[in-house]
Amino acid sequence: MSELPYKIVIGLEVHVQLATQSKLFCRCSTQFGAPPNTQTCPVCSGMPGALPVLNREAYRMAVRAALALNCEIPEFTKWDRKQYYYPDLPKGYQISQFDLPMSQHGHLAISDPKNRFEPKRVGIIRAHLEEDAGKSMHDEQAGTADSRIDLNRCGTPLLEIVSEPEMYSPEEAKAYLTELKLLLTYLEVSDCNMQEGSLRVDANVNLHIPDPEAADGPPIATPIVEVKNMNSFRAVERALHYEADRQWEVWQESHQRLGDVPKQTRGWDENAEITRGQRSKEESSDYRYFPDPDLVPVVMSAKETAEIRNQLGELPAALRKRLEETYGIKPYDSDVLVNQGRALVDYYIELAEQCGDGKLASNWVQQDVLRLLNEREISIDDYAVRPSAFAELLAKVQDGKLDTSRGREVLAEMIEAGLSVADAMEKLGIAEVDDSELVELCQSLIAANPKIVADIQAGNLKAAGALIGQAKKQNPNVNPSRVRELCIELSSEAS
Amino acid sequence: MSLSASDVEKVSLLARLLLTPQEIEALTSQLGQIVEYVDQLGEIDTEQVEPLAHAVELVNVWADDEVRPSLPRDEVLSGAPHRDEDSYLVPAVLGD
Ligand SMILES: [Zn+2]
Repeated sequence: MSELPYKIVIGLEVHVQLATQSKLFCRCSTQFGAPPNTQTCPVCSGMPGALPVLNREAYRMAVRAALALNCEIPEFTKWDRKQYYYPDLPKGYQISQFDLPMSQHGHLAISDPKNRFEPKRVGIIRAHLEEDAGKSMHDEQAGTADSRIDLNRCGTPLLEIVSEPEMYSPEEAKAYLTELKLLLTYLEVSDCNMQEGSLRVDANVNLHIPDPEAADGPPIATPIVEVKNMNSFRAVERALHYEADRQWEVWQESHQRLGDVPKQTRGWDENAEITRGQRSKEESSDYRYFPDPDLVPVVMSAKETAEIRNQLGELPAALRKRLEETYGIKPYDSDVLVNQGRALVDYYIELAEQCGDGKLASNWVQQDVLRLLNEREISIDDYAVRPSAFAELLAKVQDGKLDTSRGREVLAEMIEAGLSVADAMEKLGIAEVDDSELVELCQSLIAANPKIVADIQAGNLKAAGALIGQAKKQNPNVNPSRVRELCIELSSEAS
Repeated sequence: MSLSASDVEKVSLLARLLLTPQEIEALTSQLGQIVEYVDQLGEIDTEQVEPLAHAVELVNVWADDEVRPSLPRDEVLSGAPHRDEDSYLVPAVLGD
């Protein structure tokens, strides 16, 4: 990585929608895409006198996620009102958690298979539960003076996960988000669909610049900017790169330090590929948090927390390690497999167990299975060849009865025509060549090609290629690598 | 603790209330009296008292995650000052 005259410092605030059926404090559906204002009731539309009641499943999911993020779960937590006026917030406050969140002090381990940064732990300051707001829609084309408000999303459970400002490159930030999303998906607490708003990211960014007047002293910190409106992880990465460049330019002109100006909020403009200033946010003290008198606190014993911990299941980091240790594959490969989700990993494990060669299974799954899944946009459950049949095919490859390219042809036939390995081979006219038959063939080639044999004996192993060509002409089903092996072996024995 | 006119201005801005100077003056005195009244609580010595998170000594009131019918849309929108066929209408919300 090139040497920059500054260090970029990034903290991320992620909101994920929990995958409950009903909302956080009422029983309206959380289904995405329903017609506007068909999923509201007195509680979530903010009618006076309505009484919110906590969704037990939402709380359980939040604890699962927090435990997987290595957070401490205090025994006591409560609910607070965060007051602000906005048309999509009918109560005039959001039910959230302020001074006693349901979890804090965790971390998430990240690494980069491409080694652009050292493996590290990113601290999690806190993760707390809160309700979502509604949606405002403004049709600028129609030129009307009004915005339309849809309150379906009001009251949907959100888990807000706040990291320490401990990421020092856009790549680290992207790795954190990718790992977080994978973890939450494995836990089945959120679908993390960014297009549907189930996962939203805000980034706090500033620069640390070495102090020219005190080389050994603490670096100069520039004002923190909050970046919003990033609709994909790629957008996050690009917005952070842009923001670092922009802040460096601003610093050179203004020399403004952290604390000189109020915190600024900027929105990422995907098309223009720049961030733009937004109206300054009310200071946090202006939210005038206070305990919500409508909701009683939650008390969860260490025993109950331990029970939830025991049910977390195998999480991505542990699964990668197991695949590497059990099947001898590289971290890069375990990462590719685990990132595809649990169902694909289960397929791989079954295949690796049955064929007994984890690396071979990993190569075929990554190159052939994943390519087809991507091309056809299907999931592993819809993949036509089950692990047992696949293992049979790989056994032929292991025995040298099929080379890789012929193996691929057989696989394609198994997928397209739904054939077994044997039937697919028969259809392709691949007869298995018996090893003794192959030895005979190679012996005749050695006898007929003394010049090539002499070349091979002189150490020019490439000369064997000509013999492979001749062997294939006589019998198209021979395995080229086995022919090569035999010819070299027999040549050295020949005198 | 007494309330200043600028405190009242700030709070009215947060509450999106547009007040006339006369109203601000009147409210500064009225709200000030309320704050002073509540301030009496400060006279009690609470050094040895555990903070209380809720006035009711209940915890863990849950509901199961089961969807129940929402209100019919027309009923929901019936109280809105402005609406169209499926939404509330409010003065334009621009940007974020
Ligand atoms: Zn509701």
